Amino acid sequence: MAGVTLKAVRKTYQGGVDAVKGVSFDVPDGAFCVLVGPSGCGKSTLLRMVAGLERITSGDIAIGQRVVNEIEPADRDIAMVFQNYALYPHMNVYDNIAYGLKNRKTPKDEIDRRVRDAAKILAIEPLLDRKPRQLSGGQRQRVAMGRAIVRKPQVFLFDEPLSNLDAKLRVQMRVEIKKLQKTFGVTAIYVTHDQVEAMTMSDILVVMNAGEVEQIGTPTEIYRHPATRFVATFIGSPPMNLVPGTMQADGSVKVGAAHFHLPPHDFLPGRSVELGLRPEDIVIGGADNAFDMKIEFIEELGATQLVYGLLGGAQLIVQVPSGSIGNAGGTLSLGIAADRLHVFDPATGRRAV
Amino acid sequence: MVENRHWFFRLLPHVVLSIGVFIVAFPVYVAFVGSTLDAATIANGQMTLIPGGHFFENYYRTLFVGTAKTTRQPVVSMMFNSFVMAMTIAIGKIMISIISAYAVVYYRFPFRMAAFWLIFVTLMLPVEVRIYPTYKIVADLGLLDTYAGLAVPLIASATGTLLFRQFFMTIPDELMEASQIDGAGPVRFFIDTVLPLSITTIAALFVIQFIYGWNQYLWPLLITTRDNMQTIVIGIKKMIVTQDALTEWQLAMTTAMLAMLPPVAVVILMQKLFVRGLVETEK
Repeated sequence: MAGVTLKAVRKTYQGGVDAVKGVSFDVPDGAFCVLVGPSGCGKSTLLRMVAGLERITSGDIAIGQRVVNEIEPADRDIAMVFQNYALYPHMNVYDNIAYGLKNRKTPKDEIDRRVRDAAKILAIEPLLDRKPRQLSGGQRQRVAMGRAIVRKPQVFLFDEPLSNLDAKLRVQMRVEIKKLQKTFGVTAIYVTHDQVEAMTMSDILVVMNAGEVEQIGTPTEIYRHPATRFVATFIGSPPMNLVPGTMQADGSVKVGAAHFHLPPHDFLPGRSVELGLRPEDIVIGGADNAFDMKIEFIEELGATQLVYGLLGGAQLIVQVPSGSIGNAGGTLSLGIAADRLHVFDPATGRRAV
Repeated sequence: MVENRHWFFRLLPHVVLSIGVFIVAFPVYVAFVGSTLDAATIANGQMTLIPGGHFFENYYRTLFVGTAKTTRQPVVSMMFNSFVMAMTIAIGKIMISIISAYAVVYYRFPFRMAAFWLIFVTLMLPVEVRIYPTYKIVADLGLLDTYAGLAVPLIASATGTLLFRQFFMTIPDELMEASQIDGAGPVRFFIDTVLPLSITTIAALFVIQFIYGWNQYLWPLLITTRDNMQTIVIGIKKMIVTQDALTEWQLAMTTAMLAMLPPVAVVILMQKLFVRGLVETEK
């Protein structure tokens, strides 16, 4: 077992495009690390560099104590699950799972035992003689997992493995992958653009944007204390509301006619800031930081309602339990707890309070 | 939608197809009839469209005796020569082009694209264009009247390289990456993954190139002088153009029928692979 350490890892493609601009973080042994970010943020490139499929322009990647910069993918003791599964179409499931072991000259009886063990764990025993094209998406996903676990690697790498599945199967596989990883206790790095996967699966969440790490932390930390405006709007659904405001002498933020009182801080009065309010943190009739909003539009989601309105000229979404509000047009009295407010510096996008 | 059309429009495609089939098949049928008649019937211009009774006699003579005056060799040995040449060309082309396409697609080496375009440009240089220098080289190497001389100069193939390159580019990169992680080097990846996936393309290329090799006329005409090296296509030509003997049309027709069989057999046998490849999309 081993953790993964990245030190100032950089990837510059020919032609000078920086895909990854100096990323450093640690994944402790046995942790499930999720890299999340919009497409083109460099998360896949980073994963492929850990796998050894892309060369590192500069920096170091270590698996355990061993720097693997110049080591071939096959010798890094990793296993990877690809987005399109990358099963060998002409081999049956058994051979697909066994292929990596065969290439490593594992004895035949041991291959057989390990393949059957893996198939048992993944409940794909009846499929061992089938070709990949005869399998459903979920079954292919399991075979791809089987190919990874049969090798008993130090690190699992996942490149958006669930994005080709339908929504229901995705939830199911999400749980299974996480369970498997915990069972084996193998370090995992998982790339996704889906923030629900990111939140639910990760022990450590790494939010990336434009080739740089925006924030590293546990999912709760990142959700509760987003370090930048980008993280704040990327994690959470519906996204955090950002409204422009001005710092007052008394330490509150003035947005339109409303005043929001913050926890103690040392931000200078008079500056303009962006105030962040999560739709689910705003409560109807809340006593703290009360304000009024005109209801413009309601979206019914079944369990909850999304109420759209305006605050200080910017759109505000409020998530309330279903049945709270009958129809649009009225005015709503709302409030939000001070410790649920986020303040960002509009110039740098960084968290101020 | 198609079923509801007027009877005339349903009939029309069949009429057109029938005319096409007739145009193609009728000469073949005439040749077959010719191969079952005796020499006198054809020479007298009394040829009918009903097969005659000399089938076994003509085919036996053609295959194992040959025409004494013109080719001086039984057709079975010509067929053997043609077969060796066509097989060598087809297999040689497939081997060379699959390896060069693999190199062009999967390896990053300097002047990779230059190499590819150089191969591509040779499409413009078929044997007929470079016939004198090619002949000179083959002659200098002492390969006249040999199977090597017949086949090797025709092996280099831009078509095959191009076809395999296009196919390799449709194989997802992830398969190569998965192989890399599974510990398969470039040779293993080629043998274990690329080759099995290419079977259909190989079959297609084999059919095209076998027929190309079998039908070669100009090159064997130049390169072979000895009777025992002549190919069946040359044989037919020699049987027809005679100086001091009567053309034995029934034998020429028999030879033509026999010359048709191996390409037809290749197409029929390989068709199974085509269909399998089309039904089972293995990607």
